[in-house]
Order: sequence, then structure tokens, then C-alpha cells
Amino acid sequence: MLSLEGATVRFGARPVLDGVGLDVAEHEIVCVLGPSGSGKSTLLRAVAGLQPLDAGRVLLDGRDLAGVPAHKREVGLMFQDHQLFPQRDVGGNVAFGLRMHHVPRDQQDVRVRELLDMVGLPGAAGRAVAALSGGEQQRVALARALAPRPRLLMLDEPLGQLDRSLRERLVVELRELFGRLGTTVLAVTHDQGEAFALADRVIVMRDGRIAQSGTPLDVWQRPVDEFVARFLGFDNVVGATVSGQVADTSWGKVPVPEGTGHGERTLLVRPAGVRLVPAADGLRCTVAARTFRGTHVAVQLQPEDAPRLEAACALRDAPEPGDEVGVAFDASEIVVLG
Amino acid sequence: MDLARTEVVEAAGTTRAAARGKGAALRGALLALPVVFFALFFAYPVAAIVARGLHVDGVWRLGQVGDVLGDSGIRHVLWFTTWQALASTALTLLVALPGAYVFARFDFRGKQILRAVVTVPFVLPTVVVGTAFLALVGRGGLLDEVWGVRLDTTVWAILLAHVFFNYAVVVRTVGGLWAQLDPRQEEAARVLGASRFAAWRQVTLPALAPAVAAAALMVFLFTFTSFGVVQILGGPTFATLEVEIYRQTSEIFDLGTAAVLTIVQFVAVGAVLAVHARTVRRRESALRLVAPETTARRPRGRGQWALLGGVLVSIAVLLVLPLAVLVQRSFATPGGAGLGYYKALTRDDSGIFLVAPIAAIGNSLQYAVAATGIAVVVGSLAAVALTRRDAGRIVRGFDALLMLPLGVSAVTVGFGFLIALDEPPLDLRSSWILVPLAQALVGVPFVVRTMLPVLRAVDARLREAAAVLGASPWRVWREVDLPIVRRALLVAAGFAFAVSLGEFGATVFIARPDNPTLPVAVARLLGRPGDLNYGQAMALSTILMVVCAVALLVLERLRTDRTGEF
Repeated sequence: MLSLEGATVRFGARPVLDGVGLDVAEHEIVCVLGPSGSGKSTLLRAVAGLQPLDAGRVLLDGRDLAGVPAHKREVGLMFQDHQLFPQRDVGGNVAFGLRMHHVPRDQQDVRVRELLDMVGLPGAAGRAVAALSGGEQQRVALARALAPRPRLLMLDEPLGQLDRSLRERLVVELRELFGRLGTTVLAVTHDQGEAFALADRVIVMRDGRIAQSGTPLDVWQRPVDEFVARFLGFDNVVGATVSGQVADTSWGKVPVPEGTGHGERTLLVRPAGVRLVPAADGLRCTVAARTFRGTHVAVQLQPEDAPRLEAACALRDAPEPGDEVGVAFDASEIVVLG
Repeated sequence: MDLARTEVVEAAGTTRAAARGKGAALRGALLALPVVFFALFFAYPVAAIVARGLHVDGVWRLGQVGDVLGDSGIRHVLWFTTWQALASTALTLLVALPGAYVFARFDFRGKQILRAVVTVPFVLPTVVVGTAFLALVGRGGLLDEVWGVRLDTTVWAILLAHVFFNYAVVVRTVGGLWAQLDPRQEEAARVLGASRFAAWRQVTLPALAPAVAAAALMVFLFTFTSFGVVQILGGPTFATLEVEIYRQTSEIFDLGTAAVLTIVQFVAVGAVLAVHARTVRRRESALRLVAPETTARRPRGRGQWALLGGVLVSIAVLLVLPLAVLVQRSFATPGGAGLGYYKALTRDDSGIFLVAPIAAIGNSLQYAVAATGIAVVVGSLAAVALTRRDAGRIVRGFDALLMLPLGVSAVTVGFGFLIALDEPPLDLRSSWILVPLAQALVGVPFVVRTMLPVLRAVDARLREAAAVLGASPWRVWREVDLPIVRRALLVAAGFAFAVSLGEFGATVFIARPDNPTLPVAVARLLGRPGDLNYGQAMALSTILMVVCAVALLVLERLRTDRTGEF
């Protein structure tokens, strides 16, 4: 229903969006993931009509939106820091879009009550927005964006400023809610956990371009290049020369999946694929540090003259810093990046 | 493929240009009225009078500039204008900076009322200030009676009146920022090993410096162009540029000299404003600001109580005493305390006016209301146009231009009105609107200065949030901007009202003899000999002071937040 064709925005000479092509289907939840400065927010602003395009088009239901001002696009946008109107109470904020669309007063009241119930703030219509907690503000902002029943709802870092436990709870609630309402959603975030939990499809952006697009599982399992892999938090990336089932790397011989083409490649070794063995049986490493990660321990390993490696270990098997260990690699956890 | 892409690119390019064009058109529409207003009622009259002075018999007499500036009398005026402005500024800072500190950092009973009291002089008409100091230090004044001391023949009367007038500028500008500086910054320096004084010098002073500079420039500007105060207290000895322009125009009828002096003042004020604009921009640099309520505490120890006491005494002597004496004099009739002078105001037998002096109150109020209306409309339109995010260089230049009426000789503007707006289609000489137009000119800078910071503080994304929810640009302004600036608008209107009420330099030329305003009436009464005229001047000044003070106190109640720069 939404498509972008070659969407380009430049700030001065620097392209912030660089020929972005993107399609969002009806009822789909698409999450754009990228580091700050990758052009995510500009993408949303371009769709909303807040940022004019230097080149390319935005189409909604097949209609070119060029020249349609923001207030006539009928898309919803939830801002990063909510941007609730400070001089209006909760009800006034939620009803704002309805008033702009000339919805009769009694219907406004009904809809406001309905929305506040839906976002879990029943009876909050009379409260001042300044008195709300961060999570409550986020809910009000969501209700406000949903009120005029936008054809497309866009969320800019929807849960960015909330604390972790609240974020994890809300992301589940949001997904349920959008599923129930059948809302088409385009969200941007820098938090991969949020993106993977919320989205049907994830799009990774880098420097104004789309680096990868796919289902969360797809992107997680098969990052297309080193940038995406590192952005997802995988640091065991290494240059390799592949011949047959084996690749030659600075970490020694590493097995690669069947069917990998020969030649110079970049490999990603997932921490789970780094097995610890007795020092004599593998790549010799010193344990540099270990970080408790809840379900496992991340162990930083320093080989003699090669980049560091990260291994994921079960709690009871984790070595102490300073220990000498050996490393072996597990072919099933190795991904060939481009 | 390539073809399609080019098409797409072109289509988008045109819409972006169209969007930009639309923004520019809107801004142009908003600016149209302020630009026309300033062109017709400021630039044109000033240009007309300058041309009248320098363009004689079809020839430009530019050599006159050299002649005038070579004149020793004029050189003396220039020298006096400059040094008295510097001295007034230094003296004001010296007296008012401790006040700024006390208001910013100490909590004491009656602070709110005192803050309002301190601000009253700033909105008082210069004529009233002059009269009040005449009553204090002039012939037969309080000092004369008690100690036989008269200061009205010395420059001290002028300097003290200038301190009286500008005390609030320093307390508001510097104290306002001081109160919002996070004390934890100083504490951080203390923990790092700085002494109390070193912490103040290294952390607080640099943060305050731009505000002190801005306040000093404002005071310099106001005192450099001082008219009413010097006209009344300067006697024949002391004249500022503005007073000299008035003398040359209305007494000697030497328009050439007046024109040259107007240009000199214009250039000097332009330079000061340019410096001011720069310090203001620097002042907007990021400082850690906190709510002022959180930084003030009760004075501790003998030193702090002594400081508080000293500041209170200086306020009592310099600010309250002159006004008290003014009020007392207005009741001190030859036959003892009474309402004699006030009663005399209702009779028109003095021959000075064609009407009873009391009628000036009605005139003043009517003119001030009209002037406020004009100033608010013109000033708000300009402020809204100037806040638009896409405002370019030229528009920002207009921002500085709007400040010029504060510094350009009001006398020139007034006289320019008379000689420029005297032929159709703009024959306004006999129209009542002439006076409000001149007064609005001085009110507009206050409106713009009050509205701009508030409008600029409105988060642009708040407007975007409204637009995405379906609000048209006009609706966005009404729903988002207006509720936030409503209070600032009222404050701006109050300032414009007080300034219009007190305007003297231009009004003295254009107010018709049968329709004097309060300041004009006071000046005329003071210009006549005799106790009755003197007493009536005191009584009228008292009335004017009360009106201004009431206007200000209403403002202070409105201004619970700290809006604007004044």
C-alpha cells in the first residue's frame, strides 16, 4: 500500500536518503533498523510530508503524494519524544486529530474513551500530560496517533526513552494491538530487540541506503554483509580465503557451509559456534574478559596474533580471565557474508 | 528505466521548489504589513527630514556634515552625550549588579513585591522620572529643604535619574539568568578544589558575562538617546544629542544641523545595536538552566544579611524616595497638604492649554490603546514571520531593523511626521491617528522582543505533530502556537501600552495643542513659572505614575513564567 521509489533527500551535498525503494503491504508491520544518522527518521518524515524529497516518489495506495501537504496525507506519526501538546489534557491530545477531521463532539468523546481503554489508560482523559510517566505519555501518543484511523501508522523510536522492562512488555502489547486492529505500521528504531519483536519484516539501513530487508529470522540468521553483522552485535567477522569446505583465516582453518564459492570472502562466526576445547587441541587463546549475559556468559578471547574472538559459554563452563584455552569452530554457526 | 528515473527526479524537484515558493510567499504576506508600516511611518519621515536638512535649493549640502561636526558647541554635545552614557552605564551596573545577585539567589519576605517595585521606574515616562528627580534634588526640592543641597545644576541629577530608570534592566537581564544558573556547576568547581571566589570567577562569571554585556548595551542605548530626563534636569548646561536635535529643530529652526545630528545618532545607535545583536546571539549558547525557585535560599551569615540590607537601602534611596517625594509634592499645596493641585487640573483657566489639563488623561489613554493595538498587530506579524524556520538572511536582517526605532531620534521621527505626512494621499497632519502611529513605532520593538523568544521556544515538532494529525498551517498556528504565546502577547501588549503612554520625544511635536498627552502636559506645566504650575506638574506626573504602575502590576501577575527578554 505504501511504496517509495528512489526516494532521495540531501542536506546540503550529503544524501540522507539515497535512492530508497521500499514497499509496505496492507496490514504489514515493517521495522526500519539502523544506527543513528542512517536516515531512518528522515524516511518517516518524507512519508509524512514533513521533509520534501529531492528526488523519487512516495506512493500511498498507488497515489503519488508529491504536493500533498502533511495534514492531508492521512498518515499517523508517533514522534520519538511523543510531542504531546503541553497545554491540553490527555483527552484533548487524543481528540486533536478527530477535531481536525471535524468529527462531531459526541463521537469524539466515545472514540477517546475507547482508545484510552485500548492503550490501558481508562479514565485518564482529564489528566494533565505533564503529570504522566514516560510509559503513560507513550500510550497517550499512541492513542493520539491512532484516533483519526490513519491508513498508515508510523512510529519513530516508539519505545526509545522507556526503561527496559517496560519496553519489553509494551512491544508485545503493541504487536498484539496492531494485529487486532489490522494496522499497517512502518516503525524505525535503533534497537534490534525491539525491531525483531515487533516486525513482520525488518529493513536495515546504512548511510541512507537499504542494506538488507527480510523477516527478523532471515536477517538475524543471514546478515548480508559485515555492516549488518556488526550492527546486530556480531563482532567475530574475519576475512577468509575459501577453498572447498575450509577457509583460511587469521584464526586458522575454519570450516564453511557446503556450497560456498571459492575465493576471498568475509566470514561471520557466531559466538555459539566458538567452542572451547583444551588449549592443546585448537587455536590457542587467553581469556581477556567475561561478561555475564543472563542466559550465557560472553567470553572475550585473545589469540596470539589475531583479532579478538567472542565465545558464548554456559555459565558453569566459563573459564576465568587469564586462563589458557583452545578454540574450535562449528560449521553450522558460520555465515558467509557477501 | 533511466528515462523513468529522470521523470521522477524532475517531478520531485518541482514540488520541492513549489513548497519553498509557498513558504516564501507566506512569509512575504506576513511581513508585508510590518514592512509597509516601517517604510511609511519610520523610514519615509526620517528620510524626509534628513533630506530637508541637507538638500537645500536642489543641491545636496554634504559639506554641512563637516561644518556641523567641526562646531565646538556640537562637539561638546557629542562628548557629553557619550561620556554621560558611559558614566550612567557604569554607575547603573555598580548599583544594580548586587541587586541582581540578591534577587537571583536570596529568598526573603516581600521579594515578589519588591521585584515589581524595582520594575516600575522602567515603564515610567521619562518626563515623570525627570519631574521626580526635580522634586528630590531640584530648587525647593527635598535635599534643598533639608540640607540646602541642589543637584539639578550638576550632572549628578542626570546620572542618578538614569540609574533610577535602568536599574530594572540590569536586575531583569542579569538577575533573570543568574537565578537560572545551576548552582551545582559552582559546586562541581568547589569539589574540584576551587575556592568560593575562584568558583564564582571561573564558572558563574563567564556564564553571566554575555548577559551583563547585553544589559550594559541596553542601558548605554537608553541613556545615549535620553531626552525627557535631560530636557528637564539638564537645564541650559547639559544637552544630549537628542536634546540638541530638539533645540535645533524647534527653537533655532536649523534643520541642516538637526539632520546631521540625526545621522550621527543613527550611526552610533546602529553600531551599538549590531554589537548587541551579537552578544544576544552568544547569550543563546547552551547553558545549564534550572527553575529559578530552586536556586534561591535565605541569606546566611552577617555578610549576606549586610549585602541584602545594602541593596534594600539603595533601592529605598534611589528608587522609592524620588517617587515618594513626587507624590508628597503633588499634595503639598501652599495652604498645607491637600488636593489643591489635583483640583486645579480640572480647570482650563491657566492659558497654557485650550482644555483642562485633566483632559490629557483621557487623550493619553485613548492614544495608548490605539498605539498598543497597532504595535501588537505589526509586532506579532513580524515576530511570526521571523520565527519561521526557513527565515533567510534578509529576514533576520529585518529583525535588527525592527530595533532601530528604539535608538533613532524620536524628535526626528515626530518632526518628520509633520513634514512628510502632510500631502495627499498621506495627509495625516490633522488626523488623531498620527500620535498613536508614532507611539506604536516605539512599542513594536518591545512586542517583537517579547514574542520572539517564546515563539522560537515552541518545538517545531509539536507543529509537525499537529500537521500530521490533520491540522492545516493556519490551524497549527491557532492550536499550537497561540495557546503558548497568548500570555506573552498580553505581556507585550502591556509593555507597548506603558511605552506609548510615556512616549514624549515624538509626541511633543505632533500632539495638537487642544489634545495634549500626559507627558506633554507635564512638560508644558514645568516650562511655566509659579508654584501652581509646578504643583500641577507633580500631580499629573503622580497620576501618570499610578497608571503605569498599575499596568505593570497587572503584567507581573500575568507573567508567572519568565517570558521575553525584558
